[in-house]
Amino acid sequence: MRLELEQLQNTLIVRLNGDLDLGIADHLRSTLDEALDNQPVRNIILNLAGVSFIDSSVLGVLLGRYKRVMKTGGKVCIVEPQPQVRKILELSGLLRIMDEFPGEAVALENIG
Amino acid sequence: MHLINQMKLEFLSIPANVAFARVTVAAFASQIDYTLSDLEEIKVAVSEAVGNSIIHGYENAPDRFVRIYATLTADTLEIRVEDDGRGIEDIGKALQPAFSTDAERLGLGFVFMHSFMDSLKVDSTPGRGTIVTMSKRVGSGVMQVGTEQ
Repeated sequence: MRLELEQLQNTLIVRLNGDLDLGIADHLRSTLDEALDNQPVRNIILNLAGVSFIDSSVLGVLLGRYKRVMKTGGKVCIVEPQPQVRKILELSGLLRIMDEFPGEAVALENIG
Repeated sequence: MHLINQMKLEFLSIPANVAFARVTVAAFASQIDYTLSDLEEIKVAVSEAVGNSIIHGYENAPDRFVRIYATLTADTLEIRVEDDGRGIEDIGKALQPAFSTDAERLGLGFVFMHSFMDSLKVDSTPGRGTIVTMSKRVGSGVMQVGTEQ
């Protein structure tokens, strides 16, 4: 997994790449929590364009961060999931609580 | 049904082996005519089953073994994922969505296995381990999404 974080005002952009499974779940959880601890983050944009695989262990991590920002009135949105990843997000119900956008710029416009 | 191939795989109960297991089973399955979408679904089912063995069966102990048996016939893959972990007390409850002993887990593992495979059977003896058996036929089209293939 490759992970890139960028903070734009109060939005944390998380760009994920590769296969996301139990093997990286702990690392992803601690990296995101550290970012949320150290910066004033209201919203999170998850750019999944480079993600080729995702399973329920990582959905759990994403849901945990959603619950965290939701407490302070923030949102989590998803950008450009590949079809097989989108299918998993849909089946899990995550797409019912996280908005989906076709690109980071559109997400940023809508999330603020 | 004519047997095409069989395999046994045994590996340590560490998270890095979730990827090893799904990629290996998908490569094995690709000997018959699955679509790419089918193979993706098989990968998810294997990840969930192996993940359950590691997290719930062995409670993250890294020195135990997970076993996979896979059988290919002309149109079907059958996969058996076994562990010797703590087992499941109430299988009916474990198969329901949103049942999980950990707040951050979604309880979706069995939901994905059930959705992406044609059959799913769970046998477990508390204290002895769990056996998950699942199968998928070629061209079963469990979920139609997009225009892939």
